[in-house]
Amino acid sequence: MATTIQPPEAEQRQKPVDDGRSGGGGVRNLVPADGSIKLLDDYSPEPSRTGIWVGLAAITMSFAAFTSALVVRQATANDWRHLTLPSIVFVNTLMLLASSGTLEVARQSIATFVREKTGNRTIPLLWLDATLLLGLIFIAGQYVAWQQLRAGGLYLASNPNSSFFYVLTGMHALHVLGGLGGLTRVIYKFRQPVFGLRRSTLDATSYYWHFMGILWLYLLLVMWLKL
Amino acid sequence: MSEGSAQTVQHQHAPPQSFIRKHVFSLDHKVIGLQYYGLALLAVVIGMGLSWLMRIHLVWPNAPIPGLQWLSKTGAPGGIMTPEYYLSLLTMHGTLMVFFVLTNAPFAAFGNYFLPIQIGAEDMAFPRFNMMSFWTTFVAFCILVAAFFVHDGPPLAGWTAYAPLSAVGPDAGPGEGLGQTLWGLSIFVFCIASLLGSLNFIATTLDLRTKGMTLARMPISTWAWFITSCISLLAFAVLLPASLLLILDRVAGTSFFIPAGLVISDRLQPHSGGSPLLWQHLFWFFGHPEVYIAILPAMGIVSHILINSMRRPLLSHKVVIYCMMGIGFLSYMVWGHHMFVSGMNPFSALMFSFPTLVITIPATIMTLIWLGSLYGSRLRITAASLFALGFISMFVSGGVSGFFLAQPSIDIFLHATYFVVGHFHMVMGVAAIFGVFAGTYFWFPKMTGHMMDERLGKLHFWFTFIGTYCIFMPFHYLGLAGNVRRYSAFVDDFLVPLIPVHRFITIVALLTGAGQLIFLYNLIHSRFRGAPAPPNPWECTSLEWSMPSPPPFDNFGGNHPVVYRDPYQYGVKSSTGDYLMQDSPEEAKA
Amino acid sequence: MGKLFAVVVVVIALASAVPLITHTWYGSAIRLAPPEDISTHGHAIDEQLSETMIEAGLSFLAAQFVLAFFVWRFSSRPANAEIKSFPGGARGLVIAAVVLVGTEMLALGVLGQKAWAAVYFAPAKPDALQIQAQAGQFAFYFRYPGADGKLGDLHPDKIDEGNSNFFGLDPANDVESRDDIVTGELAIPANREVHLLMHAKDVGHSFYVRELRIQQDFVPGLDLSVHFTATKIGKYEIVCTQLCGLGHYNMKAYLSVLSQEDFDSWLKQKASEQ
Repeated sequence: MATTIQPPEAEQRQKPVDDGRSGGGGVRNLVPADGSIKLLDDYSPEPSRTGIWVGLAAITMSFAAFTSALVVRQATANDWRHLTLPSIVFVNTLMLLASSGTLEVARQSIATFVREKTGNRTIPLLWLDATLLLGLIFIAGQYVAWQQLRAGGLYLASNPNSSFFYVLTGMHALHVLGGLGGLTRVIYKFRQPVFGLRRSTLDATSYYWHFMGILWLYLLLVMWLKL
Repeated sequence: MSEGSAQTVQHQHAPPQSFIRKHVFSLDHKVIGLQYYGLALLAVVIGMGLSWLMRIHLVWPNAPIPGLQWLSKTGAPGGIMTPEYYLSLLTMHGTLMVFFVLTNAPFAAFGNYFLPIQIGAEDMAFPRFNMMSFWTTFVAFCILVAAFFVHDGPPLAGWTAYAPLSAVGPDAGPGEGLGQTLWGLSIFVFCIASLLGSLNFIATTLDLRTKGMTLARMPISTWAWFITSCISLLAFAVLLPASLLLILDRVAGTSFFIPAGLVISDRLQPHSGGSPLLWQHLFWFFGHPEVYIAILPAMGIVSHILINSMRRPLLSHKVVIYCMMGIGFLSYMVWGHHMFVSGMNPFSALMFSFPTLVITIPATIMTLIWLGSLYGSRLRITAASLFALGFISMFVSGGVSGFFLAQPSIDIFLHATYFVVGHFHMVMGVAAIFGVFAGTYFWFPKMTGHMMDERLGKLHFWFTFIGTYCIFMPFHYLGLAGNVRRYSAFVDDFLVPLIPVHRFITIVALLTGAGQLIFLYNLIHSRFRGAPAPPNPWECTSLEWSMPSPPPFDNFGGNHPVVYRDPYQYGVKSSTGDYLMQDSPEEAKA
Repeated sequence: MGKLFAVVVVVIALASAVPLITHTWYGSAIRLAPPEDISTHGHAIDEQLSETMIEAGLSFLAAQFVLAFFVWRFSSRPANAEIKSFPGGARGLVIAAVVLVGTEMLALGVLGQKAWAAVYFAPAKPDALQIQAQAGQFAFYFRYPGADGKLGDLHPDKIDEGNSNFFGLDPANDVESRDDIVTGELAIPANREVHLLMHAKDVGHSFYVRELRIQQDFVPGLDLSVHFTATKIGKYEIVCTQLCGLGHYNMKAYLSVLSQEDFDSWLKQKASEQ
């Protein structure tokens, strides 16, 4: 017995207004609770929205693995030597959190820019540049932290604590560099004479950037408690 | 912004013009799928060749293998393999097969090609990530192959690379120099590639389905790729840090996995405090989901082909899909069953044994549903359906031996014997590969526009089906007899009497390997000279069969299909015959 | 060709079962079953193995026969033959799978717990004979406490194979190690529990005696041990089963199970050779 549904009325699927959808796109295809199978004209979110969460899930899993390696390593032997976190690390934290703040302000002002179509890009660019700058300061500060550790005679292989410090901060910094690349792309797109920045691109980059801050807070906590 | 005719949408990227853009650095998921397939084919040829070398050495250890000394002067002087070179070939065989064949072919190759089409999309969600993912895999492959040619030889710690053997460096002996570091690097790069690929699959499946293609209406093959990509995302995200830590132990003097007090090659190693078990936990947390990454796409492909060949739906698709999800979920809870005698807490052995046994339930349900669906069907026998049916036979055989290994007390005896080798070869090396063969015979007409030679395909099936049983069944008997694995030679009183069995296996392995030439010939010959294929030679209902063969650049020619039903409408009366395609507006009569 | 498939599957299934029933390779004297069990705990393992073999074997044969039968029966039907549904449908099969596998699991899980517990949960008896085994690339060495009943400390920096100081003992400074007896052969008295302390010198190894139904990895950095009681006098192989390098295939020692008197004189002789 075949179960089919009524063919839809001949319909025009209109190309949606370019509000940042990536090409192609799909349909939500939600099946209503009453069981009727209706073809809903409701578009799926842009893939980059889903994509960013999927990517963040993978990054979370990786750092979870690093964390469990740390916990197990600590329990394995009694060569755990307390490591005092270089104080600049806390300054760097403030820089990174501040950059999340500036990014949010930037997003608000971009929304205003799009809505009011004034053509004045100065303010959004200011806040975007500030975010980029703070991110770079964070990276530089982390480098200083490594230098401080080295000056104290703590290198990658000195003891397990220092090993994990370098590995965790290093991996985080690598991901932050990726985020800086994304921010640079956003700024580049925003600057184009013909407005070319997609909402989804901005959102994905922002979520990633905020996640770097949250991840850093987590790592800081783990290192402060455990190292 | 063109309004145009109904459902005309601008494609994400413009059609490629140059040769490089069309065939090398292509953004088209179909080309990328074929590139993955080609890479897997290259890897499997090398991997199989390595297995022949190993098998020949085991039963004729003193016979020089002509030409081997050119591959490695130190590893095979005069063509006679040294013990360390045997272990190196073993390591490379496992690594190539598990990563570059079994993760690539059923998942990355067929999934990339057909997932977007089966859901009615024009391409993957992130075509540039997709291209990067393939070329990153290729770089990982090159790094691994480079390990063959380094001075110290390829790594010899097995594809499992247990620490501290894999972590201490050249002191541990030949094969543990640069080769092992390159191995670690190759795995690290492979993980990145895999994560990009999985990201693509997930986003595409969730967001790019065409109108009417609800999740429930996706073919089982699509579901399998989707579930696999979810497993893969989390599993490779753990192998990535593990491989990094291993590389650091090797080159940076850290001690994540290396404890104190090790004396290797008369040298006290300058490490301390690390845990070899930590490596095992991290590795197997990835390694067990990995084997389900290898088998789930094959289950999906086989289900899809069986439904089509039986001309009827399965007894329940929802159940099969829930079972695949269950297997995916449970796969994360069982990794300790590789470590029963590893020295980990014996209580945890029972905690791992229980979900390992429980995973039998969804696997059994799926098998019973495949079998039960055969009842009362109108089964068509083709090369593709033979491999699909053969898959069921192989999956049962391989799965049943798993039942022994899931019990820790039995594992005390069978661990590290040929029983284990027989088990994983049957499920991965045979069953999963049967899924790949079935998929190839089934989808070749769509991908190339030519039919493969059915007679040669069937001949290939008989060679392979009978041959692989003759190779891998005896492995189980050897294991029961206590034949230890990863030995480069059998020289003691216990093992020497078993050599005649090994000789039988080797001879069959060489013959079966030779039989694969039929497949290679068929593949290449049909690509250029095969009979032209109609658009839907198998009378299949899913979306890929509603397009020309091979499909155009943007799959649906700018017109998105509209999906009206699930892909299981067989045994109905319609204008096309006994089936109704997903995107056909026609209503079927019962 | 469906019928050919069915026949081949049945033949392969039956042929696969033959060596598992006869315990030999087809038409030969090559034995393909676990060797005789010489331990006190092994019978539980062997029982479990047989139980599993029967259940797994029956499941295997049943599945292959059903596959063969259905392919035979349903592969050359006319194009308009009626499509029938398996009685009970999916639900019946799900219930069957859950019940069948569930009961198998329960039975084997409960049985198995006892066998596993006997090896791993019960601690060694306090009067068990303590012997230390060291695994290193590519040999096993064993150390018996001498008259003082104590094993001296290990000093890896003192290992000197050329002078037979395999364990890295320091008799000059460590009194307890002066009377330790180091051998390349593991001799034990029959019917006496042995507590084998396991130490890895370099990389991972494993201790496997098939007849004892014992297998345990040596893990560098971990103090592991196994305990067992051997019941039959004889000489058995101890083989390494954890890939340890090029000599892995040849890394073995011998377990000699002796009568108490023979063991005592063996130990005395070894002590005099130190």
